[in-house]
Order: sequence, then structure tokens, then C-alpha cells
Amino acid sequence: MDLIWDGLGEAVRIMRSGDFNVWEIVVRSIFVSGTATAISLFIGILVGSLIAFNQFPGRNLAFSLVNTGMGLPPVVVGLFIAIMLWRSGPLGELGIIYTPTAMVIAQTVICAPIVTGFTAAALRNLHPRLRSQLYGLGASRLQMLRLVLWEAKLPLLAAVMAGFGGAISEVGASQMVGGNLAGDTRVMTTAIWLEVSRGEFAPAIALSVILLVLIFLVNLILTTVQQQERR
Amino acid sequence: MTEAKLSLRDVRVRRGRSELVNVPHLDVLEGEVLVIIGPNGAGKSVLLETLALLQGPTAGHVLFEGQPVRGRQLGLRRRMAVVFQESAMLRRSLADNVAMGLRLRGVPRSVRRERVRRWMERFGIDHLAHRSALTVSGGEAQRANLARAFAVEPEVLLLDEPFSALDQPTRDDLLEDLSAALRETGVTTVFVTHDRTEALRLGDRLAVMMGGAIRQMGTAVEVFAAPVDEEVAAFVGVENIVAGRVRSLADGLATLDLGGATVESVASSPEVGLEVLVCLRPEDVVIEPGGRDSHRTSARNHLHGSIIRITPLGGQVRVVVDCGFPLVALITKQSLEDLGLKVGDQAVASFKASGVHLIPRGR
Repeated sequence: MDLIWDGLGEAVRIMRSGDFNVWEIVVRSIFVSGTATAISLFIGILVGSLIAFNQFPGRNLAFSLVNTGMGLPPVVVGLFIAIMLWRSGPLGELGIIYTPTAMVIAQTVICAPIVTGFTAAALRNLHPRLRSQLYGLGASRLQMLRLVLWEAKLPLLAAVMAGFGGAISEVGASQMVGGNLAGDTRVMTTAIWLEVSRGEFAPAIALSVILLVLIFLVNLILTTVQQQERR
Repeated sequence: MTEAKLSLRDVRVRRGRSELVNVPHLDVLEGEVLVIIGPNGAGKSVLLETLALLQGPTAGHVLFEGQPVRGRQLGLRRRMAVVFQESAMLRRSLADNVAMGLRLRGVPRSVRRERVRRWMERFGIDHLAHRSALTVSGGEAQRANLARAFAVEPEVLLLDEPFSALDQPTRDDLLEDLSAALRETGVTTVFVTHDRTEALRLGDRLAVMMGGAIRQMGTAVEVFAAPVDEEVAAFVGVENIVAGRVRSLADGLATLDLGGATVESVASSPEVGLEVLVCLRPEDVVIEPGGRDSHRTSARNHLHGSIIRITPLGGQVRVVVDCGFPLVALITKQSLEDLGLKVGDQAVASFKASGVHLIPRGR
């Protein structure tokens, strides 16, 4: 038990002093995962509405693929992206392996299916007549899409929460394609992993607490928005 | 000659291998209410969506004011408004929902407010303006649905079974309000229904649709009095339908002028001078040989005329008596033989005042 209490005490001290470049790591984590979530939102809404609104052969297959994508193991994603971006790999010329950009790509691959799945489900749950009704009232395609997405904004917020949560808590892919380079690609999860592997529990606990608080805050804000909208 | 506002020419709609609609020719005339009536699965809704430019036909053309329409033209769609059976409201206030068509058209806020207020008032939902549209009753939502269609002041109004999901009293109220609004605006209207009363109440003309095709087209009296074939007859119901007018009201009885004949009916809230359609089921009509003075029945109505047609119909016989209008009676073969009636004989057709069903004519 001492290990935990000591760790917590040490964690508070670290957070106060700003030792160990904690805040730099936190800011990088938010930036990388935030960017990945934003890109995923764009892809997810586009693909999700295409799947939800159009009848085409293989639509069920598309749904299954998206649902499978929602549970992609980050390590596998990391491996795949690492191979692609490896210096001798197909996209090696880009020279982005072990950069935050590579991490954004990996997290987007993890996050986009989650957002797509949530979006498709949200749009499918809308009134089946809503689109025809909007067209019948004189909506253009763009107006229809805007109104329908606005109508589904509560489940779409859930998609953002789930997507961001998935991206920021993921460790395997970031480690593999980012390399956990101090001051460059180290994020909270990879830092925790490193500290624990070195037997330094205190900084690991400190980062874990910050990570949990961060996820909690994001969810608190979005849930508050949801509740206000629902009224 | 009234111009056609919307027309179909050689229109076919297929989905997969089945042909849902096959209409070689259909004109919706400027200012009329055209009712498309038919059983479920007849292709009525598909026809309406084609007219509304919500889906293109597989073959053939939709014409708007005589000009062929290509694709789903936004500009033309904005000159129309569609009302579906389900109101599909947005998660917003009822007033915002009623304003939706106007917002989509970029109508300025001041005009929008005035129109929304006027039409919500018109359909009796102005007190619900700020309520969430998802918390109102089915009837109220459907009132809002009508209000938002009228609010855009469309040139063509297309309604797809707007009352089928409602209970009877609500439906009657709404039918009354819709009829008045249609009369007042004179908007060109296509109304899809499977309900005969709605068709008789609203329609200037009726198109009977079955199996994707329009089987008969004409005024309500024409279609109901003279169905073209057995299938149409079976659907519209073999019934006497005569246009008339309320002459006077007394003691709960209405006296009606029916093209020369006078008929009494139980007054179901009509007013004097009102144009009505008089409906009478043939099995409620009793036939006796003419020339008898005393009628020993409780029936209030006794119309004299000559028999113009006798058609056997299974165990029963369809007898048509010319009473100033052709009145159809359905009697048993045995009765006909007992009475010894034949074509050309004088006869008296009797029926109770309570057997007469009145449908007020909106326009």
C-alpha cells in the first residue's frame, strides 16, 4: 500500500513543481489526440452518412467492417502504420516515422471507425421519414444534411467522447510509430509505460491521475452540453 | 379550359423487378383537389413522391406547367409542399418546425414570424408554439405538419394519407380544417388516401389506383355511382351517391333536394343551403310495386320511379329505379319474384332517414 500512497504524494509534488516536463507531455497528448479526433469526425460523418443514407450492394458488409474497425487493436494498427511509414516502407519517403504526425495518423485509424460507427447508428436512429420530409419542405441536399446532423448532435457528441477517449488512452500504436522520444513524441500513455518499466511508479501515477482527470473533464463538458440540449 | 399544373406522361416506376407505377397519362389541373384513392400497396405513395419530384420515374416524364422536369429540381420542389402520414418533427419547438419550410427558402424573419403565427392559429396550435415538437400529441403534430406546408404558400400541395394514423374524432376535426384551408387558398392539391369519406369530402376529382395503374378517373359522383369494373366497385363500395342541397332543418331531420326528388335524412350537423353528397347503401333500400298508397314501413322516404335495370348478383338482385336520379337497391331474388317486378314497371323505393349518410362538400 505504501507504494500507492508514496506514489500519490510524489504525484502531487510533481504536478505542483512542474518537474519532469509533465505539462509539456500533457499538452502534446491533447494536441495529437485532439487532431486525430477532429480528422476522424470529418471522415466519420462523411462515411457514416454515406452508409446510413444510401442503399447499395454490400451495405451490410460496410456496417460490419465499420463495427470491426471500432474494435481494432491499437498494437495492430501501430504495426501496420509503422510498416507503411518505415524508411524502406511504401511511404518511407515522407520521413514521418517517429514524429507526432505519424502518431496522429495512427490514432486517426483507431478513432475514425469509432466515430463512423457512432455516426451511422445515430443517423439510422433518426425518424425514417425525416429526410423525405425535409426534401418535401424544399431542402437542398446540403440543407438536409446540415439539419439531419444537427438533429443527431447528441449521439454525435457521444461519438466525439468515445473517439477522443479511444485516441488518448491508446498506447501501443503511439509507442510503435512515435518512438516515445522525450520532448518530441512522448505522450502521457507512452510516458506512463516507460516510467513503470523503469520502476518509477510516482511519475506514472501522476500522469495517470492527470490522464483520468482529462478524460473526465472532456466527458463532463460534453455531457453538460448534451443535457442542456436535451431540455 | 383549366391548365394542367402537374402532369405525368408514360410514367413507369420500377424497383428491382417489380413495377410499382405505370401511368400513361395524368393531369393535375390548376386549383383542383385531385384525390388518389386505392387500397394499400396500390402504388399511391410512389406516385405522389414522383409528382413531388422526390424520386425520378424509371421511364417517362413529369411535367410542371407543361414543361418536362429533369431530375429533382430544387427550384420546382420549392414551389410545392409535401405532407406525409408521419409528421417527422425536428427536435425543436413546434413553431420552429412550422417555420422550417420558410427557413429553407430563405424567407426573411419578419415574414416568417407572421406566416407561422397565422397558420398555427389557423390550425389551432398557436398555444403550443414554444412546446418541443416531440412532446405534442399525434393530432397536434399533424396539425403542425399541415401548418408548415401551408405556411410556405405552395403552388402545389401534396398530401400522403395525412390522417391515417389518427383516431376518428381527431381525423374528423382535421379533415374539416383542411377542407376549409384548401377552399380558402385554392391551392392545387393531390391528396392520397384509402378512405372513401376523405375522398368524397375533399376531392374535386378522384383517381382510383390499383396495382400501380389508374383504373378510373372522374368526379366523386361519377366514380362512386358508376365504377368501371368489379374491382373498382368492390373497393369504392357499391353505393348510391347523389349530389344534393340541404333545403330545411327541423326536429333533427334535414330535408334535402336531390335533383327533383326530396329526401329526409337524420341531420348530422349540416346547415341550410349546404351542398352535400348523399350516400345510401343499396341494401338499405326497399322496393315495392308502384301505385300503392299506404306504405306500412317506418321508412320516411318513398321515391317513385320506373325500374330501368335489373341485374342478378349472386343470390341477390341489383335493381335500378329512376327517381330523377338512378337509385340502386339490392334485394333478394325471392323478393323480386314475389313482387313480380320487371324492367319498365313503376316502383316505390323506400329507405329510412337514418340510413342516409351526408357528406358536406367543401368546395
